[in-house]
Amino acid sequence: MTSLFEEVPATADADADVPVRRVTVTLNGERRAADVEPRLLLAHLLRQGFRLTGTHTGCDTTNCGACTVLVDGLPVKSCTMLAVQADGHDVTTVEGLAGPSGLHPLQEGFKDEHGLQCGFCTPGMMLAAKALLEENPDPTEDEVRFALSGNLCRCTGYQNIVKAVLWAAKRMNGSEQ
Amino acid sequence: MYPSRFAYEAPRTLDEAIGLLHDGAGEAKVLAGGQSLVPLMKLRFANPELLVDINNLPGLDRLETLADGTIRVGALVRHRDLERAGDVHRIQPVVGAAAPLIADPIVRTRGTLVGSLCHADPQGDWAAVVTALRGYVVAQGPGGRREIPIGDFVTGPFQNVLAHDEVAVEAVLPGPRHTVAGGFLKLERRVGDFATAGTAVAIELDGDRVTRAGIALTGVGSRTVDATGAAEALVGRALTSEAIAAAADAAAEAAQPTADHRGSAAYKKHVIHTFVTRILTRVSTTSEQAA
Amino acid sequence: MTVTEPTSRALDEIKIGGMGASRRRVEDNRFIRGKGHYVDDVVLPGMLHMEILRSPVAHARIVSIDASAAWEIPGVRLVLTGEMMATRNLAWMPTLSYDTQAVLATDKVRFQGQEVAAVIADDPYIAKDACEAIVVEYEQLPVIVNPTQSLAPDAPLIRDDKVGQVDNVCFTWQVGDQDATDRAFAEADVVSRIEMHYPRSHPSPLETCGSVADFDRATGKLTVYMTTQAPHIVRAAVALIAELPEHLIRIVSPDLGGGFGNKVPVYPGYVISILASILTERPVKWIEDRTGNLISTGFGRDVYLTGEMALRKDGRILGVRMHTDSDHGAFFGDAQPSKFKIGLLHSAFACYDIPTAHLTARGVYTNKAPGGVAYRCSFRVTEAMFFQERMVQAAADDLGMDQAEFRRLNFVRDDDFPHRTPFGFLTDSGQYAKCLQVGLDAIDYEGFLREKAEAAKNGRLLGIGISCMTEPLGAGNSREYDILGIKMFDSAELRVHMTGKAILRTGAKTQGQGHETTWAQIVAHELGIPAEDILVEEGDTDTAPFGMGTYASRSTPVAGAAIAMAARKVKAKARQLAAHLLEVSEEDVEWELGRFYVRSAPDRGVSIQECAMAAYSNMPDGLEPGLEANAYYDPPNLTWPFGCYIATVEIDPATGVWDVLRFVAVDDCGVRINPMIVEGQIMGGLTEAYAMASMQFITFDADGNCIGSNFMDYLLPTAWETPGWELHEVVTPCPHHPIGAKGVGECATVGGPAAFVNAVMDALKGHGVRNVDMPLLPDRVHEALQTRGDVSGAPPIRTDR
Repeated sequence: MTSLFEEVPATADADADVPVRRVTVTLNGERRAADVEPRLLLAHLLRQGFRLTGTHTGCDTTNCGACTVLVDGLPVKSCTMLAVQADGHDVTTVEGLAGPSGLHPLQEGFKDEHGLQCGFCTPGMMLAAKALLEENPDPTEDEVRFALSGNLCRCTGYQNIVKAVLWAAKRMNGSEQ
Repeated sequence: MYPSRFAYEAPRTLDEAIGLLHDGAGEAKVLAGGQSLVPLMKLRFANPELLVDINNLPGLDRLETLADGTIRVGALVRHRDLERAGDVHRIQPVVGAAAPLIADPIVRTRGTLVGSLCHADPQGDWAAVVTALRGYVVAQGPGGRREIPIGDFVTGPFQNVLAHDEVAVEAVLPGPRHTVAGGFLKLERRVGDFATAGTAVAIELDGDRVTRAGIALTGVGSRTVDATGAAEALVGRALTSEAIAAAADAAAEAAQPTADHRGSAAYKKHVIHTFVTRILTRVSTTSEQAA
Repeated sequence: MTVTEPTSRALDEIKIGGMGASRRRVEDNRFIRGKGHYVDDVVLPGMLHMEILRSPVAHARIVSIDASAAWEIPGVRLVLTGEMMATRNLAWMPTLSYDTQAVLATDKVRFQGQEVAAVIADDPYIAKDACEAIVVEYEQLPVIVNPTQSLAPDAPLIRDDKVGQVDNVCFTWQVGDQDATDRAFAEADVVSRIEMHYPRSHPSPLETCGSVADFDRATGKLTVYMTTQAPHIVRAAVALIAELPEHLIRIVSPDLGGGFGNKVPVYPGYVISILASILTERPVKWIEDRTGNLISTGFGRDVYLTGEMALRKDGRILGVRMHTDSDHGAFFGDAQPSKFKIGLLHSAFACYDIPTAHLTARGVYTNKAPGGVAYRCSFRVTEAMFFQERMVQAAADDLGMDQAEFRRLNFVRDDDFPHRTPFGFLTDSGQYAKCLQVGLDAIDYEGFLREKAEAAKNGRLLGIGISCMTEPLGAGNSREYDILGIKMFDSAELRVHMTGKAILRTGAKTQGQGHETTWAQIVAHELGIPAEDILVEEGDTDTAPFGMGTYASRSTPVAGAAIAMAARKVKAKARQLAAHLLEVSEEDVEWELGRFYVRSAPDRGVSIQECAMAAYSNMPDGLEPGLEANAYYDPPNLTWPFGCYIATVEIDPATGVWDVLRFVAVDDCGVRINPMIVEGQIMGGLTEAYAMASMQFITFDADGNCIGSNFMDYLLPTAWETPGWELHEVVTPCPHHPIGAKGVGECATVGGPAAFVNAVMDALKGHGVRNVDMPLLPDRVHEALQTRGDVSGAPPIRTDR
């Protein structure tokens, strides 16, 4: 994706009229900037530009949710947002889920409850779940299923994903007490 | 999939945005939530030359409820905001019923009600809600502001009445005069699916008499269907089973579905009939209980 | 063999992560951190990007292709068309079913979405721009979208490229005993009939297909990172198709975002990316978009099934007749053992004691995408078991018998193994009646029947559906099973390092099944080396032993057995080392988990780790140094797991919407290596079964346009619709597998759909409906209720547009 950001392509002369804009984001707590073509999707900036490949793309039509990241704390499908639109915003990807003290409880929960198989939907699932737990720290099973209904999984059948989120909720509530 | 090239501007004022659209001469598009536009651009069904991103415009994210019950929904109010707006749901329950059924929870973070009205998808949900509530769209262009009743706003599938240099800045739902009731039901085959058929019902009751009714249908025509005949069957009457049956018959009659992989025309009409009956029956039972 | 009690020094197998331990998955450590390494994560210096231009029409002659405008776009490095592929003899390639498939179309396009041209550019956005700039002129031809049209006398010939092909039939095939079956029907008291269409479905792993081809001119070496479930088959195919030397081809299948059979075939995109890398001398990445995945890569099913069952009044099944018309699309691209043209569809009725059966099968070409892959099943077994259980329910209904009792009466008995099935397979073991009983007890069968009768009085429609099946897994043996002549064995290579840690490589390829976790458990079970001390690697043909890959639930039955056999070879050598260390003869050495000891002095022993150290530092004279072994396992027979699935549903008669009330699954997959992972496989499989029964299908309109070309139209269930699963188990160890395992990855997908459909049909009983084709979308169920008749979902879809 060299011509969309960073390296100047060998065809630079012909590309002189391609508009490029500077995007500055706070990515997983760190300020990062890139010059991008407006049509670059946020998912692609994260993956190819910033080399954070934990954000996956599984469809082109805003259905699968594999590319879900948090923008200002809220879950967004990053394949349906332009990179330029993230300018000035706070973006959290799966790589930013773990803190200095170790794994996020959702990460531990997904492993402990066997909430993943191929792992492709997992980052999006965990970020959608993180947004849920921040708004509703003690969700019911139905509330978890509802909150994750914008994210598709082909392997697990969802049951263990739901258990993983409930596991994390319990852990997070326990540590707060 | 990747969009084709376009120029991008993110103006800071509405006037600037309108100026950009004016200069775009019909090749520019407004970007708000982007949850319909960006996928269409990725599929290259939409190839605008210029995107005018209105997300930085001040004030458009305002969701206001006025003393008279009027609800003003700014162009940047997200589905998610409406889903969580308890005060709005209390005034107009149909909004509360529809909001959690829009697309999926992640799409609701970005998508907007006003954008949904502008997109004018015949299977869209909000247009039915706004139609049932007799809402209107406020548009601003170089010549100033105008109010466009929802029935005049959509001109056909994916077409609206806005001039190329106009921005839809808000949708307004007029305040009710009497006790409000209503509901929204849609048949979707799974979360995020477009409606096979859907119904928004909004009524006002003075005692047990219906003083105002709006019934609008989605997924059963080339645009949102305003089932005026169904509404007329209710106004001035109590919500008796006869009145409900008449409204359901009229709604099914008003529906103009086509057969597709979601079902036959007859099936979709039947679903409309069923949903109108269910919403009104629940309303009548609830108001009996309340009385 | 003497059996001795373990001493107090024997290791606790669960604690070391051996057999039966619900060990948490090793691979999760990277996945939960977003550190998986999928094909699209591969970035190589100087890498270019490829996009494919696909045909918008289903059947047309290509008049001209003008790519001049594409070449003009800055950043475009190469534009490839069929004509250019042909100069390298790569315009066509063989399929896994001895047919040919166009790589890039030269003469005609034969389905919507067929590959017409490819652009290689500096980034994928530019490549896509350039695809849009290619002008192709098509001359449209009549379109065929189903077998009826395909077999019509005046049907246009789709495969006019094939010498000697005079019609659209791609094969006819039969199996069973026709004469004996005819006699059985002549003796029957009752003949029960059913017909149905198992609709086209797409495996749709969340990751699409893709490749990064990297040809190094200096060394002549081609490395291809590729989404493949069978890297060694691909290496062989590339060597044969592209005529490159096999030792200079390295196929790497990194982390796969699911497979489900979709990633078994060799697709045009892979081949084009390889040629593009050779021509540009740069790495070339191709990542398919979702539409490309859905409209051009291997689908599953699309079979019309008719059949009848000869019955005695007392409920015994005397014989079965079946006929299938399968729609293979434009190229016969099934991925299946070459001897069996309709896969293992003749595994139907294997769990019932039926004297005789006969199956005829016919495959046809249509203007639809090629495929017929084993979508989460062991080669058409899903169709077989669906037909079986729908037929069994119809027969029970026709006889007026209880559906559970009818099954129980006809099951193969526990003491009747090995059992010859009516189509000639030999099943190995099972406790079918017990599984059914566990399921009936769990769902409270009698209680539900009462509840259903009570609800019916209020006009409510409740139903219960049962589906029981045993399916053949673990192909092959090599006598009968091969793909393109390559025998279907599998392999393992175990290397124990001097500190007692080990690396294990196999010819299988995990796609989420957890091989990195469970394979180590088999070694832990055999050798007592803690599972955490064993690194498992798969998918790199330069390092992994030759194997046939992972599909058809064959990993545990075949590669898993090879692992146990390799570990046993290592143990045999370790025993020699132990005897040397203990200064006794080998005959005096006993084994318990983790250590060898002197029979007469159990306290004197050495650990497996001490043996490993000795293999490198203190081996006896004459003994070859090192501690490693490989094994190629050619299974003596298929393995036969059993599943009993029971669903209860309620239909909303006003809308046709049906909800699952409860779902009980009883699986007997033999010995379970990791119960947690086994249950995960079952729940995932049940969800795909629910998806196929309720919403997931791909159809076409009369013009051959694919309805279901993206996830807006191709419906996959979310967490919200998916029912909760209640799992139960019965364990009948496989008598011929080294660790008694039978495989489980696909049982639930295979057996599940009939449970849902039978439940909905049970709820409709008395309403004049015998069959509604999947998926049971609300409008179809409603139509069946309204018309009191069957509803066929067969394409082309009905539309008044």
